[in-house]
Amino acid sequence: MKTVYIYRSFERFWHWTQAFLIFFLVLTGFEVHGSYSFFGFENAVIFHRYAAYSLLVLIVFAIFWHFTTGEWKQYLPTTKFLKAQMDYYILGIFRNSPHPTKKTVLSKLNPLQRITYLVLKILVIPVMVISGLFYIFYRYSSGGFISGLDIENLEPVALIHTAGAYALIAFVVVHVYLITTGHSLLTNLKAMMTGYEDIEDEDETNYKIKNDKEIK
Amino acid sequence: MRKFIIVLSVTIVIVMVAFNIFSDKTYHPTNAVVLKAKYSEKPVKVVDHSKFAALQKDFARPQDLTKTCISCHNKRHLEVMESSHWNWERPDYIEGKGIVYLGKKNIINNFCIGTQSNVKSCAKCHIGFDMTENGKSFTDSTNIDCLVCHDQTNSYVKGANLAGGPDPTVNLTKIAQNVGKPSRDNCGVCHFYGGGGNNVKHGDLDNTMFHPDRSIDIHMDEAGPNLVCTDCHMTENHQIQGKVYSIATLNTERSNCEDCHTETPHKALILNEHTLKVACQTCHIPIYSKGTPTNLDWDWSTAGRLKDGEPYMEEDSLGNHIYKSIKGSFTWGKNIEPDYVWFNGTASHYVLGDKILDTTKAVVLNPLNGSYADKNSKIIPVKIHTANQIFDPITRLIIQPNLYSDNIGEGAFWKDFDWNIASEKGMKAIGLPYSGKYSFIKTEMYWPINHQVAPKEESLTCTNCHQRENSRLAGLNDFYLPGRDYSSLIDLFGFLLILASLVGVLFHGFLRVYFSNKQK
Ligand code: HEM
Repeated sequence: MKTVYIYRSFERFWHWTQAFLIFFLVLTGFEVHGSYSFFGFENAVIFHRYAAYSLLVLIVFAIFWHFTTGEWKQYLPTTKFLKAQMDYYILGIFRNSPHPTKKTVLSKLNPLQRITYLVLKILVIPVMVISGLFYIFYRYSSGGFISGLDIENLEPVALIHTAGAYALIAFVVVHVYLITTGHSLLTNLKAMMTGYEDIEDEDETNYKIKNDKEIK
Repeated sequence: MRKFIIVLSVTIVIVMVAFNIFSDKTYHPTNAVVLKAKYSEKPVKVVDHSKFAALQKDFARPQDLTKTCISCHNKRHLEVMESSHWNWERPDYIEGKGIVYLGKKNIINNFCIGTQSNVKSCAKCHIGFDMTENGKSFTDSTNIDCLVCHDQTNSYVKGANLAGGPDPTVNLTKIAQNVGKPSRDNCGVCHFYGGGGNNVKHGDLDNTMFHPDRSIDIHMDEAGPNLVCTDCHMTENHQIQGKVYSIATLNTERSNCEDCHTETPHKALILNEHTLKVACQTCHIPIYSKGTPTNLDWDWSTAGRLKDGEPYMEEDSLGNHIYKSIKGSFTWGKNIEPDYVWFNGTASHYVLGDKILDTTKAVVLNPLNGSYADKNSKIIPVKIHTANQIFDPITRLIIQPNLYSDNIGEGAFWKDFDWNIASEKGMKAIGLPYSGKYSFIKTEMYWPINHQVAPKEESLTCTNCHQRENSRLAGLNDFYLPGRDYSSLIDLFGFLLILASLVGVLFHGFLRVYFSNKQK
């Protein structure tokens, strides 16, 4: 075992802020949706908008960070060991088999995570952001100051936004569970909080994966 | 990265401080404050009519007085004779019919049905005298009733069934010496009593508005802005702005809230955005008929019952007439939540002589046009008044019965209580056929609610409409309303997806615990 600095401070800041904002967006969004009453409708709308704007700012910074640091490469999808990773979650994990891929600073995501997070980053979040922005700047047919954004009907926008919200919640549920599948239950959580994680040494296990370069 | 966060926070602080320093801190009074100041100055009188020699005498006939008025105001009568108050009609446009002159002359309503053949009684609310069958009430300028609008003594009353003439007890000289701009009293004597009684027609105009307080009407509040009708219904050369869609059809000459308040009067942007699709009245008149009950349903079919050969009347415990032999049965209501419809400012209208093809559903006498997709439409509050009216099932025409006559035996319903004869007489008077058979048909009228604006604390809040159950807009379903609407399919799938994820991870976790225990 060796201790590695795996999540840098911006990354952790970004992760936890995003987590909080999404939690808050779900809370306020579903109040707007009419599912329950908590903040009061008007507050829910206002808070949801403030949270949405904050998320947008955060996303802009995150995109900038991903490109300047080259971290975006972490999300390039691969099929290598994809099957092995799935087998691990379906079978190996119960037999106490080792993780099929090894976490390193250069490759912290397993193939399944790569695909999931990529879908999140280029599909679910953009769909939420774009439908959300349409929701805000949507103008009833032929009125308002952004007449370029004339939409006949809010319904498709709202339904896509709602569907995306359900998808995000489902993601969070699975995500929160899967972080307990690290070396110990709390390894991953601690890593995202402190930045440091204990990672297996090269020769610590026999079922050996030749590391990140191959995965890439 | 630490550096980055520090730089970011410092930048944010600098931006905020700069924003605070350069933002405009001078006091800008709100539009409402400006308006209050403007309307608190009431005009001073420039002449005193009681000093005029021409008015120091007795007037035998009201026409003599009018002549005297015209001797000084020697062009005003021409203006009056141009007005719809005088003509009882104005050019309008009905889809499919083209330009029609609409007014009390050729329109029927849900109340006393129509003026034709009944004018002697209806003329109580015409600004003219001599409204008899052969009278010159629309052509002779000496028949203009100046006093009904300009009396400042509050003692002028028109006589009952006197063809528009004043009650014999009225002191014309005294009133002539005390004339001025129309007050709420002048407008109210007719407009608060439309339909034959207080608050029968409008629902948002009643006799509590002679002296309203803040809870009745925020604008007319005597202790507050104390506006009179003509402050909004601005008048130039006797042409009064504003009209009612029970007779009008065109989106012209209207008085709008925006005329004073602008289209974006709120501080919150999100409220100002609502004004694109929601009329001010919708949120700011949450209930109508706050002072006295308004008539909601009028059933003519029960009219004509007699007790010992005599007509009679029944009242409910609150003193509302619920039955009158001459008019039928009534339903009343107070503090009513309006209905809501899309409205683009244009309406259609049933005109005497229109055939009714579909008799299975209520005939809307004045359908208001509009829809969500129509960019000129806004949601407005309305009073929907229902009635059961006399109808000829053979010719499919709504019947204009003769209701009033001076004497028994002349065939008028209010004297002889015979629908057949009254129908024949009434239809003959307007030159329409009557088959000899009558039945009753349901009719509806839409009365836009514009008055009795509530204090702002009482305006509707978001969830009056944006909620799943009991949304005030439950009846308007041609658009997606956040908070009210949702797709049950998406909600079901979403719920199942989350449930499946939860069950999945719990099961997976259970298996992990189970197998790790087993391996120990
Ligand atoms: C930048 C991202 C987002 C923007 C700009 C945005 C914007 C909006 C807006 C404008 C509304 C309508 C209420 C209002 O007018 O304020 C709304 C509703 C909603 N939002 Fe978001 N939102 C965003 C992200 C999210 C996220 C991440 C979630 C949940 C995971 C979410 C869940 C919801 C839900 C459930 C509704 C109610 C939809 C309905 O019933 O019609 N939103 N959003």
